[in-house]
Amino acid sequence: MPLLEIKKMSHDFGGLRAVNGYDLTFEPGQIRGLIGPNGAGKTTIFNLITGIYIPTEGDILLNGKSIVGLKPYQIASMGLGRTFQNLRLWRHMTVLEHVKMARYSKINYGLVGSFFGTPKRNREEAEIDDLARSLLELVGVAHLAEQVIVNLPYGDQRRVEMARALATEPRILFLDEPTAGMNPEELIQMMGIIRRIHNELGLAIFLIEHRLKVVMELCETIQALVFGEVIAEGTSEEIQNDPRVIEAYLGKEKIL
Amino acid sequence: MKATSENSPKSNRSRARAFREYFSGVPLLGWLAGGLVAVLLERFLGTPLAHLLGLPKVPVLFGCVIILKKPLLIPGTVIYLLLVYVLPVGIVARLCGSVINRLVSWLFNLSPTFSVIVHLCLLYGLLSIWSGISAYRLLTLKLTLIAVIVTLSLNIINGYMGEFSCSHPGFMALGAYSASVVTLLLFVDDRVFGAALLPEALGPFMFPVALIGGGIVAAVGAIAIAIPSFRTRGDYLAIISLAFMFIVKSMIENLEIVGGPRGLSSQPNYVNLPTLFLWTVAAVWIINNFVRSVLGKALNAVRDDEMAADAMTVNTRRTKFVAFLFGAFWAGVAGGLLAHVLRYVNPGTFGIQKLAEVLAMVYFGGLNSVYGSIVGAVGYSLLSEALRPLELFKWIIIPLLLILVMIFRPTGLIAFKEFNVMNLIRPKGKPIREESTSKGGVLIRS
Ligand SMILES: Nc1ncnc2c1ncn2[C@@H]1O[C@H](COP(=O)(O)OP(=O)(O)OP(=O)(O)O)[C@@H](O)[C@H]1O
Ligand SMILES: [Mg+2]
Repeated sequence: MPLLEIKKMSHDFGGLRAVNGYDLTFEPGQIRGLIGPNGAGKTTIFNLITGIYIPTEGDILLNGKSIVGLKPYQIASMGLGRTFQNLRLWRHMTVLEHVKMARYSKINYGLVGSFFGTPKRNREEAEIDDLARSLLELVGVAHLAEQVIVNLPYGDQRRVEMARALATEPRILFLDEPTAGMNPEELIQMMGIIRRIHNELGLAIFLIEHRLKVVMELCETIQALVFGEVIAEGTSEEIQNDPRVIEAYLGKEKIL
Repeated sequence: MKATSENSPKSNRSRARAFREYFSGVPLLGWLAGGLVAVLLERFLGTPLAHLLGLPKVPVLFGCVIILKKPLLIPGTVIYLLLVYVLPVGIVARLCGSVINRLVSWLFNLSPTFSVIVHLCLLYGLLSIWSGISAYRLLTLKLTLIAVIVTLSLNIINGYMGEFSCSHPGFMALGAYSASVVTLLLFVDDRVFGAALLPEALGPFMFPVALIGGGIVAAVGAIAIAIPSFRTRGDYLAIISLAFMFIVKSMIENLEIVGGPRGLSSQPNYVNLPTLFLWTVAAVWIINNFVRSVLGKALNAVRDDEMAADAMTVNTRRTKFVAFLFGAFWAGVAGGLLAHVLRYVNPGTFGIQKLAEVLAMVYFGGLNSVYGSIVGAVGYSLLSEALRPLELFKWIIIPLLLILVMIFRPTGLIAFKEFNVMNLIRPKGKPIREESTSKGGVLIRS
């Protein structure tokens, strides 16, 4: 059974059909890419899967069970972690607090523990602390743990967002343009981090990217989306050579 | 504690710095011991010294009241304060610093919990001796402690949760009336509810139950704000909460069974200083525990970016629900305490003026900060007593001050700072620099 299966998913914003008949079969451990020009509906697909929007038509199955209509926090705690295209961070919180917060649904000490500082709470908080620090280590910002997030440079904020998504213990990680706005050096580092996450944690990763170089290098399978419809799906060679992709996305001339 | 500086303009800065360094090795226990010496000194020598300096009596609130009433007495008051408070505290803190430091580290290594208890006992001793001088001091102290609880509880909603809630006087009223009805009905022979139903001696033991009951009633009332908060934020919620406050007030005004607009009086005198001190400590402890846990930090996450919180598995509805009910619970408890300190409540107590005061304390002290709430509540209470002789003008000056604070420090004096008790009671070996500065809205936290 595939990890995530999407059948004929469509979504309308008022009169605008942003996503049309989208299909996806996601196997564990896969690393997939989603490309498409601006406004193609890529972010909308992520928002539909993670429960921010409810699809107008179609079904989303996680391990064979439909997750349509569940709240985003429920879907997230079932193992769909994500980052956002425009960073969504909590501007008054420290880096460490960001990562710890993503453990919310795994906390067992409850309100009583949070009010009275029971031993159970102290133990759990210490465990979460350790876990959060090791995730920060993984993305390379452990030394910034006590900083307030807004004091970090943009590239590091992206890394924190990644660590935060990992702390939810995802089975699939959805990355919405993780290299947007990065300089070439940061870009290389970010690709390294994505590879490391994939290899070390064996996570399935679904990547939206604008820079074709990144998707072509990282992903096994790529979907090309135009006006809410998948026009091509395949390996990076297949996508690069697909005439419809070249026409619709890369322009008349091949630029890669 | 301010420097007793001989003004040499050249090196004022470095002097202040040296002064701070001079005292930075003094642990909290040292300051408390100094304070204890000062209040003992005042207790035994205060009155003769005051007469010697030409003061009619011991300055009750550090001279706050005298400043505006009798300006001619200011020099005498300043000398008095120097002799009784500043010098003894400074001398004890400094001279016994190293001894006390050793004591503190011994205590800390023995058991941090025990150390906290020792600190609290000392603080209580200090407060009780200080307030023993006059009934006015005692009342001010009690009202200040209640203000600390109220401010903290509002900070949960307005600071940590980031909603502008105006319903707090309503929650306080619910708590005050519920607790009063219980104690009046059960333990007192009075004109509204008739003879006591239970033996009077049981009263003080059942009083905590009555207070918690009041808190629960307030929390139930808060559901009326919590549910709309799932869908709306900001202005609309502020209006809903304001409406809630007025509804509670007029509901009580029209309920003849609880005295209508005349209110309830002759509540039993259960709230002595130790009781109130314990309740305040409990409130600070529990609220501080909560806001430092991941479940409490979830309030900040929901405030700063709700969608991100949702995507990071935070149950945002539950979080909002908990924030409103928890805040309202403590407001209710504070209301119950207030009713039994004043031993009289009427609906007018819980109107728009109360709201202004509570908001002022929260925003003056600092959002999202337990320190800030304590400072805000104490500072505002003292200021409000000091300005009392101005009567109506008080209500011009206080808002003006609030506007100034909002302009220069929009989030309040001590905003976004964690209240870490362990750091507070830790021995101070070398002066550790952990200043938290905030520049241009960018926050750097220790
Ligand atoms: N909340 C919304 N309400 C109405 N229309 C929306 C909404 N969100 C997105 N759209 C529209 O849906 C279409 C797809 O948007 P989406 O953000 O998914 O594009 P994208 O592929 O992520 O583009 P980009 O590369 O710019 O991020 C666009 O035409 C956009 O204007
Ligand atoms: Mg997008």
